[in-house]
Amino acid sequence: MSQPLLHALHFVLALLLSPLLFGIINRVKAKVAGRHGKPLLQTYFDLIKLLRKGCVRSDCTTPVFTLAPCIQISATVLALYFLPLGGVASPAGFAGDFLLVSYLLAAGRFVIMLAALDTGSSFEGMGASREATFSAFAEPVLFLAMIVLTSFYMDLGHSEAYAFSLGTLFGGQSALAWLNGKLELLFIPPVFFLLLLVENSRIPVDDPTTHLELTMIHEVMILDHSGPDLALILYASTVKLWFFASLIASLFIPPMQIWQESLLWLLLIFLLAVILGLLESSMARLRLHRVPALIGAAGMMAALALILSQMR
Amino acid sequence: MSLFLLSLAAFAGAALCCLSLAVLRPTRQRARLANLLGVLGASAGSAVGLWAILSTPFATPLEVTLPFGLPVGACTLSIDPLGRLFLLPVFVLGALTAVKGAFSLAHELTSHNLAVHWFFFLMLLLGMSLVMAANDTVLFLLSWEIMSLAPFFLIDFHDSEKQVRDASWIYLTAAHLGAVFLLALFVLLWQKTGTTTISSPETISIISGFSPELRSLLFVLALLGFGAKAGLAPMHVWLPEAHPAAPSHVSALLSGAMINAGLYGILRVTSILSLRSTPESWWGWTLLVLGLATALTGIFKALAQSNLKRLLAYSSVENMGIMLMGAGVGLIGYTTKNFWMTTFGFAACLYHMLNHAAFKGLLFLGAGEVLHATGTVNMAYLGGLHKKMPLLGLLFAVGAASIASLPPFNGFVSEYLLALALLDAPRLVGSEQQVGVLLSLVGLGVISGFALALYVKAYGIPFLGTPRSGFSRTVHAPTPLSLWPLVLLALLCLLLSLAAARIFPHLAGAVSSSFPPPHTWDVASLLQDATNGLSTICLTSLGLIFLSLLFLLFRSILLRGKKQEVRGTWSCGYQESSPRIQYTDAGFTEPSARFLKTLMGVTATVRLDNDIFPKESHLSVSAPPRLIRLFYTPLFQGIETVCNALKIMQHGKIHIYILYILVTLCVLLIWGVY
Amino acid sequence: MLFDSCLFLLLVSNFLLLATPHIRQMTKYTALQGILLALLLLLFGHTILTVAVLLIKGILLPGLLWHTQKRLPPDSLICPRKLAAFDVVCGMAGLAFAIWLDDRLIVTQELFPPLFLSLGLTTLFCGFILIIGRIKAITHVIGYLVAENGIFLLGMPLMTKGTTWFELALLLDVFVAVFVMGIAINRISDSFASIDVARFRSLRD
Repeated sequence: MSQPLLHALHFVLALLLSPLLFGIINRVKAKVAGRHGKPLLQTYFDLIKLLRKGCVRSDCTTPVFTLAPCIQISATVLALYFLPLGGVASPAGFAGDFLLVSYLLAAGRFVIMLAALDTGSSFEGMGASREATFSAFAEPVLFLAMIVLTSFYMDLGHSEAYAFSLGTLFGGQSALAWLNGKLELLFIPPVFFLLLLVENSRIPVDDPTTHLELTMIHEVMILDHSGPDLALILYASTVKLWFFASLIASLFIPPMQIWQESLLWLLLIFLLAVILGLLESSMARLRLHRVPALIGAAGMMAALALILSQMR
Repeated sequence: MSLFLLSLAAFAGAALCCLSLAVLRPTRQRARLANLLGVLGASAGSAVGLWAILSTPFATPLEVTLPFGLPVGACTLSIDPLGRLFLLPVFVLGALTAVKGAFSLAHELTSHNLAVHWFFFLMLLLGMSLVMAANDTVLFLLSWEIMSLAPFFLIDFHDSEKQVRDASWIYLTAAHLGAVFLLALFVLLWQKTGTTTISSPETISIISGFSPELRSLLFVLALLGFGAKAGLAPMHVWLPEAHPAAPSHVSALLSGAMINAGLYGILRVTSILSLRSTPESWWGWTLLVLGLATALTGIFKALAQSNLKRLLAYSSVENMGIMLMGAGVGLIGYTTKNFWMTTFGFAACLYHMLNHAAFKGLLFLGAGEVLHATGTVNMAYLGGLHKKMPLLGLLFAVGAASIASLPPFNGFVSEYLLALALLDAPRLVGSEQQVGVLLSLVGLGVISGFALALYVKAYGIPFLGTPRSGFSRTVHAPTPLSLWPLVLLALLCLLLSLAAARIFPHLAGAVSSSFPPPHTWDVASLLQDATNGLSTICLTSLGLIFLSLLFLLFRSILLRGKKQEVRGTWSCGYQESSPRIQYTDAGFTEPSARFLKTLMGVTATVRLDNDIFPKESHLSVSAPPRLIRLFYTPLFQGIETVCNALKIMQHGKIHIYILYILVTLCVLLIWGVY
Repeated sequence: MLFDSCLFLLLVSNFLLLATPHIRQMTKYTALQGILLALLLLLFGHTILTVAVLLIKGILLPGLLWHTQKRLPPDSLICPRKLAAFDVVCGMAGLAFAIWLDDRLIVTQELFPPLFLSLGLTTLFCGFILIIGRIKAITHVIGYLVAENGIFLLGMPLMTKGTTWFELALLLDVFVAVFVMGIAINRISDSFASIDVARFRSLRD
């Protein structure tokens, strides 16, 4: 099978399976707490239910409010398309595509924050303000982690056009590199994991299941969305989780047979969901002013990796 | 070239007509006539000028020497690709801001002498076009002075307010302190080369024979002189004072086109200093570090502002910093013979210059509309403007998304190019250089992250939500017809992104004409890489728009025949809601301010009523310009003290003054003998 | 591979030491460093020294510190968090400086395996940062230990058979120093009710 077709296949697979991640996380949390838990497919049921509903809109909103979920889901899906999925590089890859991807995700955040401000609610404004701050702190860390990877591939003697594209950066060569003494690359997966926690508003950054609006970040921004709009937002957040999980998984997949790679990819992503579930059942949410310290720790790790990889 | 001269003549002719109107007693008719004359002159001149630079092939330089000259030096005008690029914002913004200005000034026919205003507006346009085209030291300095002086009178439009008068004085001081360095630069250049021509093969070959110290001195002088105009930190203090004070169409032109002249000067001087000889390696590093410092200063201070126009002014500082970073990394690349870095660095600088002109013009004009409609640009009083003025809201949102460098708009393209240039750092020699350049890319990440937060605030707080005070409840909405300059600028923002693959080769051409590559560099493959990336970005942008519309359609199909209600915002159980409990601009940046207090310079004063039943409390958050208070004011006060001390010589006794003359004469005679 | 991992873990343990505000954790990391040093010695082939280092640096000294901490009030075992972030940044600067220095010192190229010299210097710097940046007397002891680990690392490739006894003596010296300090800290905490070094100011004049 040709490369673009394989990638498209994986892409469709990712879009179909992404709601399953929330199901796995919830199931693990329930098991740890000794409950039976929701069905694994609960997110699918939620999505279908929401899509079939009507919608309630606040009287002070503008078209920004309606447009935001549509733009966010489009941006997230497009961002996912640029990733190498299951060990297959995206046919659309180009030099520096990780910038496009990170700005696409930023565009999604931008419109959701605007939609939150659009409702005129103080709670949603609060959520937007926190999201703006924390994502601003997370952006340079993402850049730093990507820089470590690009300079690793540049040091291998690749050309710029090749070394700067996501297909290369997450193409699996780094998976074997730490066995050959590039130990600093071991810092990169934890950095991406911390970024996953921040960008997807998981515990310990944000608690998606808390009942108190005052302590939320992401969930409080979408309080006024309902029906299909909420479905789009929910789906976008599952795709985003898949996006980051796939980033981390790709770092561990060494070059193998195609079917082995895609199997390992799915396995690792689901494993990450299980780890997330375990983490969420064993930790409490951090106090808000400690979140930048978490991002800072990720930044420190990435910086350490950069210094080590660049300076020898 | 004759077309370009025609456009200069149009500016000058219209300016003269306005001047003759200005000396007459102002009446309503004359004001209307001046308004018409001004806008016609500006737009006709700009249109002809635009035609002049776009109709001829981009890479061919145009040159003309006017038969009538100045007393010293020749009237030589030449337009090379670099000049062409910098003329584009001048003409486009010149025409559009003039039209917008005419619309908004139509309400002030009797309160001000509009003929004077238009005279200086046209002089500013004339000065800017001459600066970008002058190829003679004296002509350049002369047009630089015209360009620097005219804004003083434009900023001073509402001269009955003390703040405005102060702002224009600060501008004038900054402009002239910068001009002192430029004077030194050009006089030195003239003295050492023996000709007043700035850039010709002869001067270049003379300059390439200079000692490294002399060339470094020239570079530093250019950096100080042009940096003051460009708003290089810490010389940026005039921008946040002057832009809020000026009428909005003037701030748009100043921010989008005039401060570019500083960048143009830096690029031009660096180019003539590095042609035929390698530049010193610390030049590029200075530009990169200063650019990064400028951008960080700009973004953090902008985040703390609550005045929309002041916020935009600080954001101009930030964007100028990004452009300088591009120039810096380009120069580092040129010094180390790295073609990738050179091309992408300088191209990012130039592309960002064009982009900044488009979105900052749009945003300043939009802020002007807000001011006109509500009477304030203080975001704490605004809110819900999008509902009242949907078209303006949409345009401002486009501007905000562009400047926050989000696809599908243009800001992304230039940041992408800059990041590509910075990413090539592992090719440099020496680990500290590699890490230095890579860390400045992390700096770019900080800047773009906070730019996103900044523009969520700048658009979200005034335009979305519900009105926070009476200011935005009674809105004087603009007619859609008067907004077409903004519509054009918004379309330009989109176009500059979608046509990036077409524009980039021209930019690369401009770069290689000013910083010519050795023959060994593989131009074609680099252009291929760049075009490949840029066209994918263009496709993705189109895809984003198309997909969003598709999802919108999907949503409306799903909702067909279903119940769609409009209710009040859910207020989490609180019944007594008030617009005052919405997040304000200061509240929005509070989490950032908590972590970055020192960088943002935010001060909050709280006055609580400590009674058992508290009545009224007071909280104010502000971000005063620290640099002026802590550095410039003491500096100028010190100078004043020294000058006052010298007054001992000025006592009014004429016979002693004669003694001074005698003493001077004697000293000169003695000096002459030795 | 094993050698590289040891060096890498040592480096990471340095930064963990700087990053954690809990003195208990710091003690554990010191023990880890001791064990890693012993492992490195084993890889270099100094068996006697391995046993001695493992005993003294890996078990005795951390054990002593652990014992001392048991007698201290729990709230005195946490340093301010803000300092930790600053310390890590300083440590990173130290690492960058050490690697930069490693590039410049041509003499040592054949003596030291890659990253070895910079690691030793970084460990030394981290020890000093711990001493300078923290205010508890016990962190001074830990900082001293870490700095000594750094010096030990620098000396390791220079060791020959003859110098083993010299190294052992040095080790004993350190042991005595820490022992004395451990006793001193006990006394300090008795008479000042805190182990903040800032309290020493009341002793002047």
